Amino acid sequence: MDDKNLTPKERLKIPPQEMPEQDPAERINNVDEVPYGYTEELARMEADRCLQCKNKPCIKGCPVEIDIPEFIKAIAEGNFRESVRIIKETNILPAICGRVCPQEEQCQRYCIVGKSHKSVEKAVQIGKLERFVADWEMKNGEAERPEIRKSTGKKVAVVGSGPAGLTVAAEVRREGHDVTVFEALHKPGGVLIYGIPEFRLPKAIVMEEVENLKKMGVEVRYNSVIGKIFSIDELFEKGYDAVFVGTGAGLPNFLNLPGENLNGVYSANEYLTRANLMQAYSFPETDTPTANSRNVAVFGGGNVAMDSARTALRLGAENVYLVYRRSRKEMPARVEEVEHADAEGVQFLLLQNPVNLIGDEDGWIKQVECIKMELGEPDDSGRRRPIPIEGSEFRIDIDTCIIAIGNSSNPLIPDTTPDIETNRWGNIVTDDETMKTSKKGVFAGGDIVLGAATVILAMGQGRKAAVAINEYLETGQW
Amino acid sequence: MNKIIEKEFITSDLFRMKVEAPEIARKRKAGQFIILIVDEKGERIPLTIADADSDAGWIALVAQIVGKTTKVLSLLEVGDSIRDLAGPLGKPTHIEKYGRVVVIGGGVGIAPAHPIAQAMKEGGNTVISILGGRTKELVIMEEEMKAASDTVIITTDDGSYGNKGFVTDALQKLIDDGVFINLVVAVGPPIMMKFVSKLTKKYEIETIVSLNTIMVDGTGMCGCCRVSVGGETKFVCVDGPEFDGHKVDFDEMMKRIQMYKPQEKEAMDRFLSE
Ligand SMILES: Cc1cc2nc3c(=O)[nH]c(=O)nc-3n(C[C@H](O)[C@H](O)[C@H](O)COP(=O)(O)OP(=O)(O)OC[C@H]3O[C@@H](n4cnc5c(N)ncnc54)[C@H](O)[C@@H]3O)c2cc1C
Ligand SMILES: Cc1cc2nc3c(=O)[nH]c(=O)nc-3n(C[C@H](O)[C@H](O)[C@H](O)COP(=O)(O)OP(=O)(O)OC[C@H]3O[C@@H](n4cnc5c(N)ncnc54)[C@H](O)[C@@H]3O)c2cc1C
Ligand code: SF4
Ligand code: SF4
Ligand code: FES
Repeated sequence: MDDKNLTPKERLKIPPQEMPEQDPAERINNVDEVPYGYTEELARMEADRCLQCKNKPCIKGCPVEIDIPEFIKAIAEGNFRESVRIIKETNILPAICGRVCPQEEQCQRYCIVGKSHKSVEKAVQIGKLERFVADWEMKNGEAERPEIRKSTGKKVAVVGSGPAGLTVAAEVRREGHDVTVFEALHKPGGVLIYGIPEFRLPKAIVMEEVENLKKMGVEVRYNSVIGKIFSIDELFEKGYDAVFVGTGAGLPNFLNLPGENLNGVYSANEYLTRANLMQAYSFPETDTPTANSRNVAVFGGGNVAMDSARTALRLGAENVYLVYRRSRKEMPARVEEVEHADAEGVQFLLLQNPVNLIGDEDGWIKQVECIKMELGEPDDSGRRRPIPIEGSEFRIDIDTCIIAIGNSSNPLIPDTTPDIETNRWGNIVTDDETMKTSKKGVFAGGDIVLGAATVILAMGQGRKAAVAINEYLETGQW
Repeated sequence: MNKIIEKEFITSDLFRMKVEAPEIARKRKAGQFIILIVDEKGERIPLTIADADSDAGWIALVAQIVGKTTKVLSLLEVGDSIRDLAGPLGKPTHIEKYGRVVVIGGGVGIAPAHPIAQAMKEGGNTVISILGGRTKELVIMEEEMKAASDTVIITTDDGSYGNKGFVTDALQKLIDDGVFINLVVAVGPPIMMKFVSKLTKKYEIETIVSLNTIMVDGTGMCGCCRVSVGGETKFVCVDGPEFDGHKVDFDEMMKRIQMYKPQEKEAMDRFLSE
């Protein structure tokens, strides 16, 4: 096919290319990734759909401003290496973002092709293309590593190895500074490893990205809970010239319902950590157990709730109910995730809300009492407020319950470093552009600043912080 | 990787290990714990830091073999390494000059009670320690506790050593003898801590207990370790492990730590059959 000769009209006629994926009946019996990814042919076909708009509207939807039309053009021309190079100029983790970015609300939302078809779903599949070239690079030899400047002798401590921390580490290391990443857990990646399940983001990808960082000379120290083993001030005493705090929003919210501490009641963090980080999927091959569930209720309607519900199915549950207090349309989860959950057999109990958790005499959860809801006037968030319908309570028999209603910021660092200013939700307050905190030499970014947000927003803040850290180390000016 | 530099069995299912961990040794305070993973497939388990030497750079752990992980740990030899070790975790014991403090250690709980007794003594308190075990060989660290206390009282359930009876009997006797007690610190099986707290509540003696819930991360991220304290949910790993014994819902906690019994048994049986 001669790509150059397609007219915009012809390009608009090409339908969005679907990624082949595992059959739902099959995939609930394994933890392998659901979509297989594009083939070269599919990728080039999809790339042909891009109109190469002069004003590049899609870029403004991308928090790290990838030059989207350029990388797509390179794919259309079959120049995959060049394509990855363009992406990596601003995004060091394309294999991850291509998989987990909410593209329909970001880059793809602004795509002219989607607009012409009056459907975001028909936009150029930017994320899938990004994933394709990133995977291509991993399959085809060594990932290209950025050049590292001559050593400056300056040292930077990065606290937390989630997407924010990893981004900072790479971008600061490039300038020739020494970087040590301190991670509380025994593996890197933050939510990418302990939260987002294997079937959505294979852990090998995250590990490979961290290996690349190590090859760049970044040191990663696991099992290092900052605030406990060293305070931030002690890091400065140890000779670090700047500190980046990217500790995430890892504090699980509960509903404060009666019975919430019954056996069988989990926070989504615990449930997913057991399954992913600790590989309870393979128990008793591995040592960490999780519930042997038959009937599971998940409370919530976001990505975390979908991940929990789909994980429960894979761990062998027969019935998985997803209880959400608004309707499907209001669910904050990505459309693709909701569709995947639906196809796999998650049962959606919409416009319902748990009010009481009922236990047996041994302290195990046996039922959840829910109440039906109706939608009233829109609230502050613009979504219609759910109102309980009096007298509509009913009970469902369950043996496991997963609370997936969000996370708050981890208080460990703010608690032990009172001179870092936080707001009333416990998030660290920073300058929007430089990510500087109220404490000299300390920068912060990602979920600890934004509250629970997204991978790419965390990376975007990491980039800003890195620029500011490099500048600070050069000029010494705060 | 943290190297094991000493190991000894105290009884057939109780052992003590010294592990290289210079930074933790320097930083740890009484009441804090570590989380370790023995090997690649291992789970994360918490153990209290029973002792440490900041100059020599080691910490001591005392563990009872109750399941697979503690069994595997006990099989490691001097020179072997523990794959992951994170700490010091949890809040340190609040030390101040209370006056007379009774430190109660039950069974393996004597190990974590030891640094608390030491710190209370250093903090200018008179320390009476009560050590309890089911039988003589389960009363551990007697010499260390003697060094850290003004008085040591020993009880065994079967009367094979010290006074026959429970630690609560010894505590009751102190109270009956008119010994004025400003604070009780109890570390041991939940059932022991429950009854100690019940007794001291009656006499309105302030009581601190150190809880051993199931944990995963130990950093406040998962909520697995939660307990009800005075009607509020608290996370033992970050808010504790020490709490006001009069406010802890021990019954709920005792149920929660039974949560994985069948799986734990499966893991152990499988391991023993291999
Ligand atoms: C189940 C789940 C699914 C999600 N799905 C998506 C999705 O599909 N798409 C998307 O864009 N976003 C998703 N998110 C959100 C996204 O993962 C987060 O916004 C993102 O990971 C935040 O990155 P971060 O670097 O700020 O922090 P995190 O990823 O939370 O990493 C923080 C790291 O810091 C470590 N740490 C914490 N405290 C300390 C300390 N004191 N010392 C040392 N280390 C410390 C933690 O152990 C952790 O490794 C999901 C979140 C969850 C929980
Ligand atoms: C803060 C704290 C300090 C502790 N200090 C000590 C100590 O100094 N010495 C000591 O011998 N024990 C201590 N424990 C208990 C110790 O962690 C458990 O005995 C150990 O985890 C059992 O693991 P296992 O695989 O051998 O047994 P398993 O077969 O897994 O479990 C046996 C029992 O141990 C408990 N348990 C299981 N998994 C965990 C887990 N991940 N975290 C906590 N408890 C669990 C449960 O009650 C379970 O019924 C402490 C616990 C806590 C929370
Ligand atoms: S990083 Fe995310 S938002 Fe940016 S182009 Fe890629 S998929 Fe779109
Ligand atoms: S808006 Fe869409 S069509 Fe236009 S350049 Fe961006 S991706 Fe291509
Ligand atoms: S062990 Fe996870 S929050 Fe305490």
